[in-house]
Amino acid sequence: MSDAAGLAAAFEEPAFVPYLAAGDPDVEASLEYVEALARGGADAIELGLPFSEPIAEGPTIQQAVVRSLEGGMTPERFFEFVEALDVDVPLVCMTYYNLIYQYGDGEPVVPFVERAAEVGLEGFVVPDLPAEEADRLRAACDEFGLDLVFIVAPTTRGDRLAAIVERVSGYLYVQARLGVTGARSDVSGRTAESLDRLAEQAAADIPKAVGFGISSGEQAAEVVAAGADGVIVGSALVDIVAQGHADDDPPGVVADRLEAKARELKQGALAGAQRPPRPEGT
Amino acid sequence: MSVEKKFGDYGGQYVPEALMPAIEELTDAYERYVLNNEDGFMDEFRRRIRDFGGRPTPLERADQLSERYDREVYLKREDLLHGGAHKLNNALGQVLLAKYMGKERIIAETGAGQHGTATAMAAAHLDLPCEIYMGRRDINRQRPNVFRMRLNDAEVTPVDVGRGTLKEAISETMRDWARTVETTHYVIGSIVGPAPFPAMVRDFHSVIGEEIDRQFRERFDEPPGAVVACAGGGSNTMGTFDAFVDGDAELYAVEAGGSSLTVDDEAGVAPHSASLSTGEEGVLHGARTKLLQDDHGQILESHSVSSGLDYAGVGPELAHLVDEGRVVPTNVDDDAALEAFHRLSQEEGVIPALETAHAFGFLEAVAGPETTRDRELPETVVVNVSGRGDKDLEAVVEETDKRDLENAPSMEVFDG
Ligand SMILES: Cc1ncc(COP(=O)(O)O)c(C=O)c1O
Repeated sequence: MSDAAGLAAAFEEPAFVPYLAAGDPDVEASLEYVEALARGGADAIELGLPFSEPIAEGPTIQQAVVRSLEGGMTPERFFEFVEALDVDVPLVCMTYYNLIYQYGDGEPVVPFVERAAEVGLEGFVVPDLPAEEADRLRAACDEFGLDLVFIVAPTTRGDRLAAIVERVSGYLYVQARLGVTGARSDVSGRTAESLDRLAEQAAADIPKAVGFGISSGEQAAEVVAAGADGVIVGSALVDIVAQGHADDDPPGVVADRLEAKARELKQGALAGAQRPPRPEGT
Repeated sequence: MSVEKKFGDYGGQYVPEALMPAIEELTDAYERYVLNNEDGFMDEFRRRIRDFGGRPTPLERADQLSERYDREVYLKREDLLHGGAHKLNNALGQVLLAKYMGKERIIAETGAGQHGTATAMAAAHLDLPCEIYMGRRDINRQRPNVFRMRLNDAEVTPVDVGRGTLKEAISETMRDWARTVETTHYVIGSIVGPAPFPAMVRDFHSVIGEEIDRQFRERFDEPPGAVVACAGGGSNTMGTFDAFVDGDAELYAVEAGGSSLTVDDEAGVAPHSASLSTGEEGVLHGARTKLLQDDHGQILESHSVSSGLDYAGVGPELAHLVDEGRVVPTNVDDDAALEAFHRLSQEEGVIPALETAHAFGFLEAVAGPETTRDRELPETVVVNVSGRGDKDLEAVVEETDKRDLENAPSMEVFDG
């Protein structure tokens, strides 16, 4: 495991890691929303840099991507967005590989990582970059002291899991179910199974954050009780942004709703740690 | 034989982790069944593509065009393959492979609807349920194919995001696959996507070039001087070229020049789909290849009068062969494609798909009476007729109406 310290520190207690698309629906409101999440108890925040072909996203985040791009979001404006944020939790850039690859001049990937380090980002999640193709980005992250988070799917086993554990730093993003992002009301039965598998496979000392479909404090509690070190919540928060935008609500009101939702999710994660461990075989 | 995952720097496997185990499983199945003919897979494929598909397709001398262009012009009649396009080679191969792998469901994207109809036919033939994703815009411009898919009992699911064309349909099919990967096989429709798709799809289509080589030698005792095919993703293109890549024949990949080659950066729109001729290296839909993208790496919306060429990417193997100088990329605009459509229909009695018409537009541009290109074609030329034009009739009437094409017949008979 690479030891680019940073992000793992956010998981000292059960962590709440929200996701929002930067610039959704516009830069000014979006800054306010991210700061509201930090006030509500976020331990780290994933900021989406929108890509035109988000193949891992469901409809909720696809529409956030459209709103942000229509508002003029670009990689450079994304970096300025990060610089303008007034929060003191670690920030992770979630984006697709082509944007990282095309940025700047010279050797591909390096300029993007260098600029990310400069504005204070602490790591990346790149949903279309499996371990096989990640050596270039991993090397650049090592050079600039950033973390590279990998997603582990319910279908990931054996050698593949080992290859990911070898390259990951920060945290493992445990995908709770097959499919794309989107809020759900239940906790996938595969979450516990995945966490058990990870616990067995030498992945003990890297934090495991579960995402894909978590939308309530109760779900967050269940996931943490099942052994997760944190929860990642995206679509449920993006839904709040989308609804506020559709209803023309003032950004301050939407920010308050986000902060309240963040509290619920963070409290849920903390409460999950107090629950008795699952009995064998459930 | 081992599985080709990269073509020079192009290709690779840039997909979500959830799909990687399935892609590994597919790689293994491709190696065993296709490359090594395990359990007689390839024997069964060849038998079915003959009996169900109608292979071999003819290589026909185009008498009128040969005279017009003052050289020997031959047509490879993939339009006569069952379904009316080359697409069945790949669709039947992959659906059969899915069956050998024990998959229970088939999904596919489609642009022109030709790959969708081919997949729906193959799935009906091999008794597997099938769902086809198709952009809303393409559904509207290729209606006959939507009916055909429905008649073969396939679900057709409209995709409304973006411009509603092939790019969005591929993204949406990948999302379905991410959810259903354990039981479902994604029959990708061209030589695009993550490895092993580009190599595997090429292998199922390479029978086109193998037949051309044999059929041409029977007449001339030597290979053709030039081979021409249209290129969207590039499956008919590589299927036609593969047998000739190691030889001396000139290879021309004809892309859609659309209405103009100038990109509207502000709107994020390329009014063409010429990714081989004008694209830049990048990563889309699982592969590193040549793409139409803006300065930031956002993918542009492409355009072509022909849905099947309307895509911002292209197969990584073609991108590599272009960089190597082995394949010559070229393009033909909407107007020239329509004109070529009418010419082939009138002079040879073959109504081509609009995609295919681009290949003939190139012939006219290079060797026609008012040649616009500074290039001398060899004495013998084979053009791949990748598909027939029945699906395009409505679009052709509409597009012809908008233009002042000299060689277009009057369509007034259809009124009243
Ligand atoms: C008749 C025909 N030719 C060509 C194409 C383009 O595909 P490819 O470039 O993969 O051959 C299509 C795609 O739908 C088609 O229907």
